Amino acid sequence: MTEIAIKITVNGRPQEAVVEPRLTLADFLRENCRLTGTHLACEHGVCGACTVLVDGAAVRSCLMFAVQAADREVTTVEGIAAPDGTLSPVQAAFRDCHGLQCGFCTPGFIMSLTALLRDNPDPTDEDIRVGLSGNLCRCTGYQGILAAARQAAPGPAEA
Amino acid sequence: MKSAPFGYQAPTTIAEAVGLLAELGDGAKVLAGGQSLIPMLALRMAVLDELVDIGRIIELRGIQRRDGHLRIGAGTTEAVVGADPDVAAAVPLLTRATPLIGHFQIRNRGTLGGSIAHADPAAEYPAIALALDAGLEVVSTRGRRTIAAADFFDGFWSTTMEPDELLVAVDFPVWTGRRGFAVEEFARRHGDFAIAGACVGVALDDNDRVTRCAIGLIGLGAKPERPTAAEASVVGVGVTDVVADDLGRLAVADLSSIPSDLQGSARYRERVGAAMVSRAFTAAATEARRD
Ligand SMILES: Cc1cc2nc3c(=O)[nH]c(=O)nc-3n(C[C@H](O)[C@H](O)[C@H](O)COP(=O)(O)OP(=O)(O)OC[C@H]3O[C@@H](n4cnc5c(N)ncnc54)[C@H](O)[C@@H]3O)c2cc1C
Ligand code: FES
Ligand code: FES
Repeated sequence: MTEIAIKITVNGRPQEAVVEPRLTLADFLRENCRLTGTHLACEHGVCGACTVLVDGAAVRSCLMFAVQAADREVTTVEGIAAPDGTLSPVQAAFRDCHGLQCGFCTPGFIMSLTALLRDNPDPTDEDIRVGLSGNLCRCTGYQGILAAARQAAPGPAEA
Repeated sequence: MKSAPFGYQAPTTIAEAVGLLAELGDGAKVLAGGQSLIPMLALRMAVLDELVDIGRIIELRGIQRRDGHLRIGAGTTEAVVGADPDVAAAVPLLTRATPLIGHFQIRNRGTLGGSIAHADPAAEYPAIALALDAGLEVVSTRGRRTIAAADFFDGFWSTTMEPDELLVAVDFPVWTGRRGFAVEEFARRHGDFAIAGACVGVALDDNDRVTRCAIGLIGLGAKPERPTAAEASVVGVGVTDVVADDLGRLAVADLSSIPSDLQGSARYRERVGAAMVSRAFTAAATEARRD
């Protein structure tokens, strides 16, 4: 099948490649860009491990072809710490609150939560639970993750 | 798993897209948000020659109020539908059902048109389109036509659209006067497709008599179902005289193809479905009485 030349801005850096249309965005990130922070488990949309931001919106990178992301901006877990390596508030909260064990699900949770708290800085516990319901973790039992979400929430906007 | 190879086209206008569908023929399929199609490709339940990606067609997106109708472009994402104030005012069922669709990451990509064209019997939007008598506007190189929702859903994952037709917009009639709406579903986990569910709209006259009742059943057949006998049974009746549980039982009484699987037997789904109709009717009626 005809391969297609694409350019995607990943974590602020333009990445160009000639790809098969069937290449998922997740595989593009992992294999073409060598950004293996985005994890793949189910590869059909149910686990959330592969969550990234595309033009700011949290999406499953296994349910998007790289060609669909052409000319868009993608942010992965590698792209949210400060340039000097200081962890983002969500990342720091996961470390502080024991929000991870094996870490396989963590990039997906971090990206979902980063988008969630940006759009809803003062979520209720219910908002957090519903918002994270699309990410599965087989280790932590979720309590540390909920604690991390509460810690990372900026709280009510100052008037 | 990975999809089998396919060719890819990304038109930017409706005219170009339907031209491609006509030219490429049966092996081609529309790719919208990909939230149903890509899993099917990944699991190799579907193998296609060509995908026509409609995600770059701006004219397929948007929400407009037209006299008596709310028109939503097929390419409008579920996230946009769920957050739009005009939708909330004009077709509240859509606003209430949207948070029940998968998870927010799915809704950021999935589209209204994709959900309706995919025609999953357990999906929310097809049942709402059916219950509210929505019009499905489709375009091909042969022209434009509107298919009534009652004639659109054909069977499991199947519609009466021709393979070369593109769903471009959905027209939802807007109810006025005293009205109430509710969606009730039962699912094992948040975001799962419902085991059974119902969406209900109720309109009342000034004496609290039911003037209109619309019921869409979710997950209770090979396609979304509309129990018209149950709907008719309450029209003209004082809303406080309706026994919601009886309505629920009547709504599921004539269903012939309730699915049976590991999630639940047909008999179990029937009972859950009756309860969901009952709850949704009660909630909708309460809202209408306050209106
Ligand atoms: C984990 C998960 C959970 C989900 N849970 C739910 C749920 O609870 N409820 C629910 O309703 N949905 C659920 N979905 C499905 C989701 O809502 C899909 O987004 C939707 O069903 C399809 O929309 P799409 O835009 O992604 O379409 P696509 O996947 O791109 O397309 C689906 C089908 O429709 C056709 N099509 C799409 N657009 C058009 C058009 N304009 N004209 C003609 N044909 C078209 C395609 O060719 C394809 O056959 C879930 C999905 C996932 C991955
Ligand atoms: S790998 Fe994408 S959702 Fe599981
Ligand atoms: S920390 Fe192991 S899966 Fe979540």
